[in-house]
Amino acid sequence: MNKYWRSIEELNDSSKLKQEELTNEIANKKALNDPESIETFASTRRDFLKVFGFSVAGAAVVASCKKPVEKAIPYLVRPEEIIPGQCNYYASSYFEENEYCGVLVKVRDGRPIKIEGNEQSSLTKGGTSARVQASVMSLYDLARYKEPLATGEKITWEKVNNEIPQKLEEIAQADGKIVLLTSTVISPTYRQVITELQERFQGLDWIQYDAVSSSGMLEANDRSFGKAAIPTYHFDKAKVIVSFGADFLGTWISPVEFTKQYSSRRNPDLKEQMSRHYQVESMMTLTGSNADERVVIKSSDEGIVLLNLYNEIAKQLGGTTYAVDQSSTDLSFIVRDLLLSKGESLVVCGSNNPDHQVIVNAINSMLGNYGATIDMISTNRVKQGDDRKMSQFVEDLLNGKVDALLAVDVNPVYNYPQGEAIKDAIEKLKLSVAFAKEKQETAEACKYILPLPHYLESWGDTEPTDGKFSLIQPTIHPLFNSRPVQEVFLAWCGKTGNYRDVIKFYWEANVFPKQTDNTEFTSWWNTVLQRGVFDEISVPEEQPIIDVTSLKATTTRIKSVSKTQGDVEVVVYEMNGKGNGAMANNPWSMEMPDSVSKVSWDNFAAISPRKAIELGVDNEDMVALGDLELPVFIQPGQEENTIAVALGFGRSVSGKVAEGAGFNVYPFINVVEGRRMYQAFSTVKKLNKTYPLAMTQTHHSMEGREIVREAVLEEYSRKANAGNESHERHEKHHVTLYDEPEFPAHQWGLAIDLNKCTGCGNCTIACQAENNVAVIGKEQVRNRRIMHWIRIDRYYSENPENPKTYHQPVMCQHCDNAPCENVCPVSATMHSNEGLNQMVYNRCVGTRYCINNCPYKVRRFNWFKYANNEKFDFNVNNDLGKMVLNPDVTVRSRGVVEKCSLCVQRIQEKKLEAKLENRQLNDGEIQPACMQTCPADAIVFGDLKDPESRISKLFEHPRNYHLIEELHTLPSVGYLTKIRNPHKG
Amino acid sequence: MYNTEFRGKLIEGNKSLGQISQDIVRPIDAKTPRWWFISMGISLVMLGLGLYAKYITVTEGIGSWGLNNSVGWGWAIINFVWWIGIGHAGTAFSIFLLILRQKWRTSINRAAEAMTVVAVMCAGLFPLLHMGRVWNFFFVLPYPNTRGPLWVNFNSPLFWDFVAITAYLLISASFWYFGMVPDFATIRDTTKSKIKKAVYGFFAFGWTGSSKEWLRYEALAFILGGIAAVLVVSVHSIVSTDFAVSVVPGWHTTIFPPYFVVGAIFSGFAMVLTLVTMIRKLYKMNDFITDSHVDAVTRVLIFVSLIMGTAYFTEVFIAWYSASEYEYYMFFKNRVFGEYAFQFWAMVICNAFIPQLFWWKKIRSNITAVFIISLFINLGMWFERFNIVVTTLAKDFLPAAWAGYSPSYIEILLFIGTLGLFGAGVLMFFRYIPMIAIHEVKSVAKYDKPSHERKHRNHEE
Repeated sequence: MNKYWRSIEELNDSSKLKQEELTNEIANKKALNDPESIETFASTRRDFLKVFGFSVAGAAVVASCKKPVEKAIPYLVRPEEIIPGQCNYYASSYFEENEYCGVLVKVRDGRPIKIEGNEQSSLTKGGTSARVQASVMSLYDLARYKEPLATGEKITWEKVNNEIPQKLEEIAQADGKIVLLTSTVISPTYRQVITELQERFQGLDWIQYDAVSSSGMLEANDRSFGKAAIPTYHFDKAKVIVSFGADFLGTWISPVEFTKQYSSRRNPDLKEQMSRHYQVESMMTLTGSNADERVVIKSSDEGIVLLNLYNEIAKQLGGTTYAVDQSSTDLSFIVRDLLLSKGESLVVCGSNNPDHQVIVNAINSMLGNYGATIDMISTNRVKQGDDRKMSQFVEDLLNGKVDALLAVDVNPVYNYPQGEAIKDAIEKLKLSVAFAKEKQETAEACKYILPLPHYLESWGDTEPTDGKFSLIQPTIHPLFNSRPVQEVFLAWCGKTGNYRDVIKFYWEANVFPKQTDNTEFTSWWNTVLQRGVFDEISVPEEQPIIDVTSLKATTTRIKSVSKTQGDVEVVVYEMNGKGNGAMANNPWSMEMPDSVSKVSWDNFAAISPRKAIELGVDNEDMVALGDLELPVFIQPGQEENTIAVALGFGRSVSGKVAEGAGFNVYPFINVVEGRRMYQAFSTVKKLNKTYPLAMTQTHHSMEGREIVREAVLEEYSRKANAGNESHERHEKHHVTLYDEPEFPAHQWGLAIDLNKCTGCGNCTIACQAENNVAVIGKEQVRNRRIMHWIRIDRYYSENPENPKTYHQPVMCQHCDNAPCENVCPVSATMHSNEGLNQMVYNRCVGTRYCINNCPYKVRRFNWFKYANNEKFDFNVNNDLGKMVLNPDVTVRSRGVVEKCSLCVQRIQEKKLEAKLENRQLNDGEIQPACMQTCPADAIVFGDLKDPESRISKLFEHPRNYHLIEELHTLPSVGYLTKIRNPHKG
Repeated sequence: MYNTEFRGKLIEGNKSLGQISQDIVRPIDAKTPRWWFISMGISLVMLGLGLYAKYITVTEGIGSWGLNNSVGWGWAIINFVWWIGIGHAGTAFSIFLLILRQKWRTSINRAAEAMTVVAVMCAGLFPLLHMGRVWNFFFVLPYPNTRGPLWVNFNSPLFWDFVAITAYLLISASFWYFGMVPDFATIRDTTKSKIKKAVYGFFAFGWTGSSKEWLRYEALAFILGGIAAVLVVSVHSIVSTDFAVSVVPGWHTTIFPPYFVVGAIFSGFAMVLTLVTMIRKLYKMNDFITDSHVDAVTRVLIFVSLIMGTAYFTEVFIAWYSASEYEYYMFFKNRVFGEYAFQFWAMVICNAFIPQLFWWKKIRSNITAVFIISLFINLGMWFERFNIVVTTLAKDFLPAAWAGYSPSYIEILLFIGTLGLFGAGVLMFFRYIPMIAIHEVKSVAKYDKPSHERKHRNHEE
């Protein structure tokens, strides 16, 4: 055998070497078993590098695992209608705070996340209001009651249903007084349930109580027509609208419905048929800010002005006139206009004084408006609260004449003038039961607190106007242990079963027979449920004849008020986005800037510029109105001696959002002979204190710039581009050395009709809901950092005591030559080939150069981390509130810029749908959130590449212009000039 | 001593070459004076406050500043431009005066260059910190990546800015450092401390002073100087494009590049003046930094101040002449007579009027007055940047979006922090680096060797 050797040494003495190897091996093995000797091993450079390399790699791997693992559990058995990632829409109805709206609820993966308008509704026709938009957030409110409570302790529903009826029975047996206090009930089935309850407990008194009442109208119509109801109005049929302090576009009766009607008549292409709107008021309301002409009067003069107007018209038409003090306000031009459009005019009044309403009825009757613009047959049911019944109840309650109170979704402790006294009285009652959705003053004073489901969790039906039915259907399983009040009442009556069946039963018996098209109830029910609404075909009826004597009795009470009653008049009103305070814990609603003042998070004393000089106060100074201290906001257009204060703030018991926001001004409401009057006299005194107000706009003049272009109808009918002459000139100057941008398939554009837009701010909240726009709180809003992607700029011009007002929604203009795009160092914002200016959040490093270079200042920066941050304890800081987020839109992180995307997720969704169906997109198929819900139909979205699309036509319209178009930014958003229609001569 | 026809002696005190070395190196070997520790302490406290502000900025967000949806840039960018302006002087001083063969620069240029490096470092902090997501700052770098590759936006002035500033910082730091190599060698050779010998020896790169080395050294200085000369003009021109490329009134002007460069030189020279008057006073360097040096700088300042005044006037004139309503509003209703009139007039008075006092020889030769005026110029230049950055953003096109701006305490602390950094940097420079370029000063002394001659004469006698 050959001998193989590795080295000379081995060859010479192989045994020794082998021995050496062996001993080393053994030593090594030993060492491995001996922990002490392992420690003595010196690490080498190689070892160091290994360890170093391993730890760097490890650190890199660990650091790259940025996101915590979140587990999603798939459906084992998938519900038939749910496709993960796709939305379902369910028709339903909104009725809160006396506001009705037909809605579609967008449900994604079992969660309602957005409210859209229901186009099938013949009342609201697809429009919504900001409150409706914000209502979905209230579903996920941490302040909601989660369990039935008895004196603060959790109890079961079984116990509730045992104990309470027993106690009620006892009280009823002893001839005690039981009061059921609800807000207006427009549900026919609910009414029936209440009737049953009344039958079960003899002596149960049902009182409907509205926080902001229209009882004066009910009473006046009772006097005039013998029918205590609110008529339906048709602003679309009125050529001349005269409103005495009625904020019908903002808060009065049915604002969404009225805005739809009103805006349809605000088209200058109707020429002479375009409506003319006069507003006679003492404070600047949203409606007043849209009027063609606005007359400022003292609210205490309203009766005299009305009666004078009546007399003038009566004189011309040969009616009876009544003696009254001469009013100092000349309304002869209104008289002339009203007489010219008899049967085509509409006079409305917002006062809760029945005397004023009686005069208004007489005027409308003389002008032949009943049956034309006003319908007294088919009446509006959204406000049925009777002030005198309520004040009688309060009196009884305070005098200890009431034994038991069932308060359903009402909050008199907060929103009745004698709230504190009511609270004490409730606490002394034998039985007090509150049905409430979320933490509120009255409920906390009651012994039992029974949680109510949110309207998105419950069944229900409504009849907001005679013959117009609609359904409420649940879109999510109740989040908490709540039960519909109707079910509870039925249980107390000894009936079981769920409320849906009760509704179905009622509809089968009462509503189904009102139609003849369908003979099978279930199929009809399913259709109605799908559509959400059912309109009874109404048979035309003769309008009731006005009782003229009602006016005579009234006129003696119309007197001018002597000046000795205090320094100033105080007018109490609701802000259109905030309502009466029931929604105060809703962060979207709270943060929405008021449509007129642009103040968010607070109410204030609105003082006229002249009065402010007289008092020596400026914005944010405090004044004392009687006992109440309020911050000053100088409001142009305010009557000199009138101070306006908004309801709905200063909640003492509420969730965290409403805490400390504003001041409760309900105590200002005067109860005169049982009627609540929303005017008062007060002293005013400057205090040496200030209070910060979060204003989103602080400069109110356009500085002569062509920002809102305007003309009057007369000029417009002579020249189509009236007020917009410069557009043509600027268009000619659009030359460039660079390549024109090319859009091969689509070019999205948006047109906004400034004549239709009322500035209500609904789009702001719709956008916020759709695009997960963060709520940032008062302090940050005050720092001018509001995140809203669409803001409504509001300008004034001319006389500060009675200015012209302009509302202009401004969102990203999606410029084809965008100044923001070329300055971003990292290309985080760029142009799509469909004309969209896109924001890439992942890429943005937050230099904010784009913000600076945007001429429209529509870009928003995430100054802080707004999600999961204790300092911003709003909805995205808790798991419940996060359920409202739209999964299609990223929640932006700290340090990135964001802005309007023209709802790119909606564009993509519809494009995909069309692609799957192998067809072209239809015009109007894609609707951004702002457009979908606009009650005024002021926003139109579409494809500019399609010459037949509505948007292309609007872009060709002589009224169309672009904001700051002289900069050659080539915006994809167009504005149509504002055309006012003031009286001639 | 070197006598020029116009300037007379550039160095006073009839010093021999050895004396020059000794005089300049003395503070490095001497015991550190008490005032140095006190000033360093104050600077470090300021630096610490700045660090705190940075911590808050990075952990909480830019929301801790006073900015808003309309005014996206504030003190951070004002201070950035201000520091960059100051950082201009050193290199400008060396390069321009080198080109103009102004030998008198040799006593001052080292200090000026040191100031440049520290000021540019101060300036560089702000663009980084003002980013919403500073941890992603590398997105601004054009590096090959796996995202497409996704490149930076070469159209963006902020990218130009980034390139210009890093280039400027690199070049001015190298220019400064290589200029010091022979002097480090001098210290290495003269010091008695072993540590110093080692440290300065390390930085001296083994300099022996051979002719070959000097030859290469000169060539390097020349090349770096050539590059730096371009950068001096480019860096502030590019900073000005951060504004000039935009569309907003008050920024969108073609005058900005020259206006910024001149403004930068102006503020830089003023800061040089502030520093050298301090060096003179603290280290008794009157022989090197003579009254005529101060005089020369003040004369330059008069001239530049006139240019500044002209620029201000031109801007206002063009705002009227252009008949652009936005420009007109910006200048006449916002700056000259409007809400920001104080800042505007503070700028004009400090920059265009106060330096005109230098026409009087009495003021030029009064070092206290010169010192105070130099501070005024620094203040005025700060106001200039405030005028540009804030007044424009506060009131641009749509009045509904107009919003005021005031800095939060965090922004103020950030600025104080950079002042601390600057102070600490300059103090370190005073303490550890020859304040005056020894070899360059020797070069202006070489034609005139009084002490040597004197010795020679003595021998003859």
